[in-house]
Amino acid sequence: MRSATTLLSKPWTWSFFGAAFVFILAISFTGGVGAADMITTALSLAVFTIVVGLGQMMVITLGPGNVDLSLPANIGLASAVSMTLMNGSDSLVAVGLLAALGCGLAIGIANYLMIRALGIPPIVATLSSSFVVQSMDIAYGRGLQIKPPPGFADFINLQIGGVPVSAILVILLSAGVALLLRRTAYGRSVLAVGQNARAALFAGIAVERTRAATYALCGMLGGLDGALLAGYFRGANVDIGNEYLLSSIAVVVIGGTSVAGGKANVPGILGASLFLVLLLTMLNTFGVSAGVRLVATGLVIAAVVIAAGNRGLTDPDPG
Amino acid sequence: MLHSSPARVMRDLLPALSLALVMATIALLNPRAISYLGFTLMLNLAVPIALATVAQMFIIAGNDLDLSIGPFVSFVSCVGATWLIDKPAAGILLLIMSVGGYAALGAIIQWRKLPSIVVTLGMSFVWQGLAILILPSPGGTAPDWLQALMNIKPPLLPFPIAAALVIAVAAWFGLMRTSYGAILRGSGGNAVAIARAGWSLLKIKAVLFALAGLFGVFSGLALLGVTTSADANIGSGYTLLSIAGVILGGGEFVGGIVSPVGAIIGALTLALAASPLLTFLNIPPDWQVGANGVILIVVLAARAQIGRKAVGT
Repeated sequence: MRSATTLLSKPWTWSFFGAAFVFILAISFTGGVGAADMITTALSLAVFTIVVGLGQMMVITLGPGNVDLSLPANIGLASAVSMTLMNGSDSLVAVGLLAALGCGLAIGIANYLMIRALGIPPIVATLSSSFVVQSMDIAYGRGLQIKPPPGFADFINLQIGGVPVSAILVILLSAGVALLLRRTAYGRSVLAVGQNARAALFAGIAVERTRAATYALCGMLGGLDGALLAGYFRGANVDIGNEYLLSSIAVVVIGGTSVAGGKANVPGILGASLFLVLLLTMLNTFGVSAGVRLVATGLVIAAVVIAAGNRGLTDPDPG
Repeated sequence: MLHSSPARVMRDLLPALSLALVMATIALLNPRAISYLGFTLMLNLAVPIALATVAQMFIIAGNDLDLSIGPFVSFVSCVGATWLIDKPAAGILLLIMSVGGYAALGAIIQWRKLPSIVVTLGMSFVWQGLAILILPSPGGTAPDWLQALMNIKPPLLPFPIAAALVIAVAAWFGLMRTSYGAILRGSGGNAVAIARAGWSLLKIKAVLFALAGLFGVFSGLALLGVTTSADANIGSGYTLLSIAGVILGGGEFVGGIVSPVGAIIGALTLALAASPLLTFLNIPPDWQVGANGVILIVVLAARAQIGRKAVGT
């Protein structure tokens, strides 16, 4: 363990350096044209990755094997539910948002119950539930063409001096999650369970309640993201959450959160989300084909992980 | 060694029981499906699924997980539908290199002690991208020999079942009956002990990943032989199917506990449950994915309950 005395030795600073680096590459390619717009768009898009990234981070911090693969299906269903309940009317925005949160909460609790009561490993449990949720979404949300309420859509796209309001709000949300982790009994329990569930149990921590709350929290963040995405892209869609399976896990790891659990990193989620979004923006500016874009994204993610390597990652302890 | 308590026997039999249950339901709903032709049709996609499941099994045996096997299968199908026809030598070389890529990935994961989930997640983008670059729009054709191979009509036994048997026996013999197979599984069970005994964990991991790559190539080619044309997303469901197949077949995520025969049975169960069963049950297409999820949950829950008893005895 290195003592993190200087800013440079903190793992999350590198994700911001990476974000700055790809941004500089992108604007030097365009000769500085559209740099401000690029930042605004990147900030707006990064919001959606950050919201689910925070949820995934909490779950992964619970320890080896914990991961939520149901986020994309969750986002899809919540987007449909929230748009239906809002029904294009600004007076119903709160109802729709609550419904999206409730929908995500239900999925999170169902995930936890499958893991706990049925004894299914989290990867397969959340995977199976994502199949079921996806079916519900297809049956319920197919052909749904309800536009978001104009006020809601405008609010999500609102900018003050080029800075999206949603980005400011998501920074506040991140600060809230960071406080939750550092200052509350629940947050400390999550870290303790992730470091050593058995020791946490003997120390009198309500391990199962902590796990349940974490899957529920992740589900709610997924639901919230669904509503926000539907507002931003002006409509719900079954596939709206697809890319967030990979990106939610990628930002957790790139951001310096330990995959072995017990060590979360909130600033890293922000930096890594910006990095991923700017990377895609840069590749778009270069005008490369979809294939090259995918290969480059994959290689960059793999390279970052390999370079960061060996950060207290241990093999999952059998038994 | 664990001895055969009743619960343990139940647990070992569970994959076969699930398959029997699915088959019995199909037989009840549509007796004509239980025939040479019926099985050939119902199971025509089972062979590539079984091969991908075996690939995933090698990875899981070493306590890792390959989230890129689906896109890799797509990539192989795309190479098969284009390069193998236009420039066979280059195509074969490319496939061999991709197996080498898998081996290198395994070595890097072991060397840098990386989380395989994340690295293979990155690789899934890479294979997907390469597949799109090779075949931007669906098309191409399967080489004749591949189509001929996948359309063999053996006497008595439908081809998918015969092929599944061959794959199961080969994987079972290699992994469960050879001394190096035991070493490979041991790296998942107790890596430290294997290293102390003088085996190179780096080499073991590279071999496990190379085997996964090899069976991934087989899977992609088999899939191409069945569908006769390729598409860059053709294998996208295989990541989930392969993991589910291994676990359904009695494998565990940690501890080097896998069962090649169980994995094949798991893959066959999934292939049957995925669509023929649901079609006969008149489940609307919208709910088929969900029904798959429910089947998976029920089987795994049953296994977990029996497993707890087995540990308790």
